[in-house]
Amino acid sequence: MTIDLQQDFFALFGLPRRFEVDELALESAYHDLHARVHPDRHAHLPDADKRRAMQWATQVNEAFRTLRKPLSRALYLLELGGVDAGLETNTAMSPEFLMEQMEWREAVEEAREAADVEELEKLHQRLRSAGKDLYGKLQQSFDADRDLSTAAETARRLMFMEKLQHEIDNALEALED
Amino acid sequence: MALLQIAEPGMGTEPHKHRLAAGIDLGTTNSLVATVRNGISVCLPDDTGATMLPSVVRYLGDGSIQVGKQALLAHASDPRNTILSVKRFMGRGFKDVAHVETMPYDFVDTEGMVRLRTVQGVKSPVAVSAEILKVLATRAEASLGGPLTGVVITVPAYFDDAQRQATKDAAQIAGLNVLRLLNEPTAAAVAYGLDNASEGLYAVYDLGGGTFDLSILKLSRGIFEVLATNGDSALGGDDFDHRLFCWILDKAHISPPSSQDARRLLIKAREAKELLTACEEARIHVPLASDEEVDLTITRKEFAEITEHLVRKTIAPMRKVLRDAGLSAEDIKGVVMVGGATRMPHIQRAVAEFFGQEPLTNLDPDKVVALGAAIQADVLAGNRRNEDDWLLLDVIPLSLGLETMGGLVEKVIQRNATLPIARAQEFTTFKDGQTAMAFHVVQGERELVRDCRSLARFELRGIPPMAAGAARIRVTFQVDADGLLSVTAREMSSGVEAHVSVKPSYGLSDDEIATMLHDGMEHAAEDKNARALQEQVFEAERLLEATTQALVADGELLSPEERKLIDEVMSRLLELKAGSDHHAIRKGIDALARATDDFAARRMDKSVRAALAGRKLNEIEA
Repeated sequence: MTIDLQQDFFALFGLPRRFEVDELALESAYHDLHARVHPDRHAHLPDADKRRAMQWATQVNEAFRTLRKPLSRALYLLELGGVDAGLETNTAMSPEFLMEQMEWREAVEEAREAADVEELEKLHQRLRSAGKDLYGKLQQSFDADRDLSTAAETARRLMFMEKLQHEIDNALEALED
Repeated sequence: MALLQIAEPGMGTEPHKHRLAAGIDLGTTNSLVATVRNGISVCLPDDTGATMLPSVVRYLGDGSIQVGKQALLAHASDPRNTILSVKRFMGRGFKDVAHVETMPYDFVDTEGMVRLRTVQGVKSPVAVSAEILKVLATRAEASLGGPLTGVVITVPAYFDDAQRQATKDAAQIAGLNVLRLLNEPTAAAVAYGLDNASEGLYAVYDLGGGTFDLSILKLSRGIFEVLATNGDSALGGDDFDHRLFCWILDKAHISPPSSQDARRLLIKAREAKELLTACEEARIHVPLASDEEVDLTITRKEFAEITEHLVRKTIAPMRKVLRDAGLSAEDIKGVVMVGGATRMPHIQRAVAEFFGQEPLTNLDPDKVVALGAAIQADVLAGNRRNEDDWLLLDVIPLSLGLETMGGLVEKVIQRNATLPIARAQEFTTFKDGQTAMAFHVVQGERELVRDCRSLARFELRGIPPMAAGAARIRVTFQVDADGLLSVTAREMSSGVEAHVSVKPSYGLSDDEIATMLHDGMEHAAEDKNARALQEQVFEAERLLEATTQALVADGELLSPEERKLIDEVMSRLLELKAGSDHHAIRKGIDALARATDDFAARRMDKSVRAALAGRKLNEIEA
């Protein structure tokens, strides 16, 4: 009788299941749903309603968080497609990508040791635009070619870049304190 | 309203009965209570016309308690029993309290939350705060002419779980129904945003008496969405007073002053700070108990110089919050100033410089939080049912993590995640037949457990005995809309729910709260029964009214048999409500809640479907 709280996040927001997402439609569906389910809408009601509102709102937040960012959206699509992105275990990466990884890592390490804020910020920008190029590839693999194994490899590369991005953020933060 | 005639006879016929609700700003130096009257939010004054209640509680030898101005007046003569700025101690241990050496209190150095020894015995900060809340609630009830259905209490956005829980516990001890703990900058944004019908990205810079918050909000079509928050829960106007106090000691060559003199000098330091907002210089003239005399003059420029490091401490969080929100200073459309300390000219200058624009100060920075809280309390109490009401989406200020091997922290929930949020993690046993497991939950951004705040230790019991590594225990960390954490655990292969017991690191246990509630009631035993009865009748009315409305709106979701059952349980509760047995009423309430549980689920369902359907319709039209 009740809608399955675990249903597909795309269906929850009434969106087609694909990598390219209409961001405005996603945000407006998110807001519309919260207007109904958010605990603030049920604060004056009995505990049973409050509890359900919290479960629903939690799920809506989780769904939005997952679909909003390209990487988590890609990983979620892979999961729905039954493909294990194998982020920790899969070591079958192209030598080209491994080389690239090493170069990035060295550059970040050097800038961090030299406490070079400007260089760190430059790397941040370069990583961001490199990441954006991968979004295009993901869109091609998911929505046009329907090639999940290529998509999984691209997602792994993106994952690595975001991790590095995070390390740069931490380094910048540490330098500010 | 003809539709409502299908309700049971004698049941509430006023569907839009106004529920009395108030917003409370429980501040470090001052507290306020506000309510919405005729659609306008107003701060409520005491019988002398003052809206600000000094957050000061004095315990007297005769067993009475003074709160506010009267207590403040006694603080030089009775420093030990007169508690100021108690908010700084909420959810904090003895070692966390800054400037202990200049505080005249008799601290009890126990484990957990700090305690103060007074003439009326040892008091927790929670109990002291409850006294302030009681006075404000009484003021509101006298002004509104009836008991409050619920209150919204504001907390600094950067308060951690322990500080939030302590605030909620204080409300419970004061006998208040908390509709929501609302973050202070968000409350201020509500007061500002609704006033100016603003859209876009806003920053709220909130420097109160003892806490500093900075939030970035996105306002669009009635949604107030907090993108990121940062701050310092131990930085505020008090620190500027204290810095000036140290400057006076230094200039006047006073080495450790008596506690009376220290109090006197602190008051003078605060007065001088306030004077410097309007004047270029301030004279500090204080006769001391030792017959000496302090006579100094400080200029605005000197004051800015000696407190520059404090202003700088607010700049780093500004950078961090912008980075977390993925924004730069130019993206911000307006900066709202909140808290009395933002009146200092050099603070305004620093903020204007950072954001490249003059901050907004058109609402009273002392009142804006209480005004916003009252507006939200009115909504949460259910007094407005307009579909296009606004909605607040707030975030968790600090990451939550678990202690792992070697004292490291594994993050479970990241800071700035929109609330409510839940995360589940699976664990396994490492010994054959293991039936229990312990977790240590911490809050903060650092990698080592010792650099984060310890929140609580959770112990899971009742795991079915299995071979090592065979059990799969799924632990769910849920943070609700108040920013409070709860933990549940289940063994997945057997489906057995594990029992979770919590030992808060800096909080009160349920037993302690029960004892405090009991102590508060001891003075008036019959009062206790009357209060309990009143509460249950209230709760019953609330539930009956809500159920009646739900039946009117969505009655078709029930089969005739289901409807009949609910009607019967409602009639039974109506009968009980007229009696005087509060235990029986409680049982009736629980029965009705159970009987309507599935109905509630179907209604939520219908509402969600309607949200989706409505949206698709709009898209087609567009």
